[in-house]
Amino acid sequence: MSTVEFNNIISKLLLDYRILAPVCLEGKGTFSGTDLVTYGDIERIQDVVFDRKTVYSAKEVVFPPNETMFYFTEEEFKQPSVDQKGILVFARPCDINAFRRLDAIYLESGPYPDPYYLQLREKLKFVLMECDHGFKNCFCTSTGTNETGDFSLLIRTEEDQIFCLINDAGLEDLISESLASNSMRKVDLQPRFVQRNKTRLQIPDKLDNSLFAHPLWQEYASRCTGCGRCNFSCPTCSCFTMQDVFYRDNPNCGERRRVWASCMIEGYTEMAGGQEVRKTQGERMRFKVMHKFSDFKKRFGFHMCVGCGRCDNVCPEYISLPRCVEKLQEINNGGVS
Amino acid sequence: MAQNPYLPHKVKILSIKRQTKIDYTFKLESSIKPDNGQFVEVSLPKIGECPISVSDFGDGWIEMTIRRVGRVTNVLHDLKEGDGMFIRGPYGNGFPLQKYKNKHIVIAAGGTGLAPVKSVVNYFYDRLDLVKQLNLLTGFKSPEDVLFKDELEKWSKDFNVIVTVDQGNKDWTGDVGLITEYVKDMDFSNPEEVEVIVVGPPMMMKFTVQEFLKLGVPEENITVSFERKMCCGIGKCGHCKIDDTYVCLEGPVFNYTKAMELID
Ligand SMILES: Cc1cc2nc3c(=O)[nH]c(=O)nc-3n(C[C@H](O)[C@H](O)[C@H](O)COP(=O)(O)OP(=O)(O)OC[C@H]3O[C@@H](n4cnc5c(N)ncnc54)[C@H](O)[C@@H]3O)c2cc1C
Ligand code: SF4
Ligand code: SF4
Ligand code: FES
Repeated sequence: MSTVEFNNIISKLLLDYRILAPVCLEGKGTFSGTDLVTYGDIERIQDVVFDRKTVYSAKEVVFPPNETMFYFTEEEFKQPSVDQKGILVFARPCDINAFRRLDAIYLESGPYPDPYYLQLREKLKFVLMECDHGFKNCFCTSTGTNETGDFSLLIRTEEDQIFCLINDAGLEDLISESLASNSMRKVDLQPRFVQRNKTRLQIPDKLDNSLFAHPLWQEYASRCTGCGRCNFSCPTCSCFTMQDVFYRDNPNCGERRRVWASCMIEGYTEMAGGQEVRKTQGERMRFKVMHKFSDFKKRFGFHMCVGCGRCDNVCPEYISLPRCVEKLQEINNGGVS
Repeated sequence: MAQNPYLPHKVKILSIKRQTKIDYTFKLESSIKPDNGQFVEVSLPKIGECPISVSDFGDGWIEMTIRRVGRVTNVLHDLKEGDGMFIRGPYGNGFPLQKYKNKHIVIAAGGTGLAPVKSVVNYFYDRLDLVKQLNLLTGFKSPEDVLFKDELEKWSKDFNVIVTVDQGNKDWTGDVGLITEYVKDMDFSNPEEVEVIVVGPPMMMKFTVQEFLKLGVPEENITVSFERKMCCGIGKCGHCKIDDTYVCLEGPVFNYTKAMELID
């Protein structure tokens, strides 16, 4: 169908859904004059950036960087109300797979599902964006997260034609009405997934405590600045800290929030009396790598990292996560001492 | 919204007892039924939230012993009887009381580490016939830091209680020196029958456990309790994680065979 026809469908969907996709914020990049490709609301298909990877992931849709959990009034707690609309998110296979990782923590870890995450997650539907080729630092084929069947809609754009595969009964009803009235062509559409990335690695089967004392980590102690950007850009990082605030104009009222936390930033483990475990960036790097490629899997049965490469893309010190894992594999093979 | 485990409920302060200048014991009206060694998340709206062990409990009440060290705990110390604070929980696991039956029990607690085990001591104090022997070894920095003085006095009438301070003063007539020194002096005819609980600051735990191991107490007979930064208590926020273990879920109480493998 044509762009115009597809935009009519979007207008229709917008009545029931919030639609988020990679968008380009001009001039908002890290360096002056550069753009920031990130997630934002869209109203037409031309708003969607298909040919670049977002700096931040789509996780904020279900796990906002700063989320009000409840408001306090003098004697009462009040939970914020949520938008009744569904949420459609344009996402690549790795990003869709990343939500499965967040589900593990938020819905399956511990005795209770997280109600804030759950109420947003239940509304979430994915619009699969295919990748023609891997982007810089992508290694999804190594983490086995380059494919997914979990999508409601597949959108492929070719010239000014839009192809779409509907994989969701609810959306089918909505969309087929518009389809009937249009000059649409039926084609056979199969999702295409990237099968090769420039960056490839073998994830060691065995990463254990014996690697903790290895001098490898010291390299990161001096290079890593502990800025936490690797965590904040990661679609699978799920940690948060609680924060209470009160309002200046009415100190009797306030709110409890949760905000993104980073295991790479000082203070993550700090307790009363200034006691802290993992004081060096080397130890923090080790903790992060072990979590992504070993600890999480021991608990949930699959690796946490989905190979999106964002952490490498954003690191100001050019620290590479896959390179680190590669070195661990070399150590396991007796290569690096 | 589904049931919200982050929403705390208000509990009334029944009484406050000043143990030291910076440690107060709060007795609260509450119907929660914790296990011995579990903790709750305590909060004050607009200030914040923090994990605190339940130091004792009974029908319709729980007790917490809170040290004033920062944002939340400072303000908690300003509260009065009849005021309220907010709690959610209990969380984590407790001490395996069944395992201690008919055993020779030694509880070694350093400083505020006595709080999470106080209810265990009381449990066996009320049921001394359940165990072969009960020993309590507690160490504090100075005589001013001694917690639960009344209880220590009461307990010492019925079983062996050692209270030692790192540094005494002119009025202190009790023991002086580190806990480890007193562990060395213990004499177990059958170390296999000894069950040990060690709770306190990390260094104290490390060296105290070593002394018990030297005496031949098997690793699996040692139980420890960990403290880590915690923001949720229910396995989500990530702060308390060590390897693939969440201290708020699988701990804070660990058998030493597990604890020795947990490297931060
Ligand atoms: C399972 C468990 C059980 C516990 N049981 C008890 C108990 O029974 N009794 C008890 O008293 N405590 C207990 N604690 C410890 C208690 O949770 C802490 O003392 C409490 O969190 C302190 O909270 P706060 O808001 O008062 O202090 P905070 O204001 O959070 O800070 C405490 C200290 O942390 C440091 N700090 C915090 N933030 C910063 C920062 N941004 N920059 C620099 N330094 C900082 C400072 O040194 C400060 O003094 C327990 C902890 C755990 C995990
Ligand atoms: S660890 Fe890095 S590569 Fe892996 S999912 Fe997170 S941001 Fe992507
Ligand atoms: S982005 Fe790079 S420098 Fe910043 S915390 Fe992560 S590894 Fe360290
Ligand atoms: S305290 Fe949040 S995960 Fe354990």
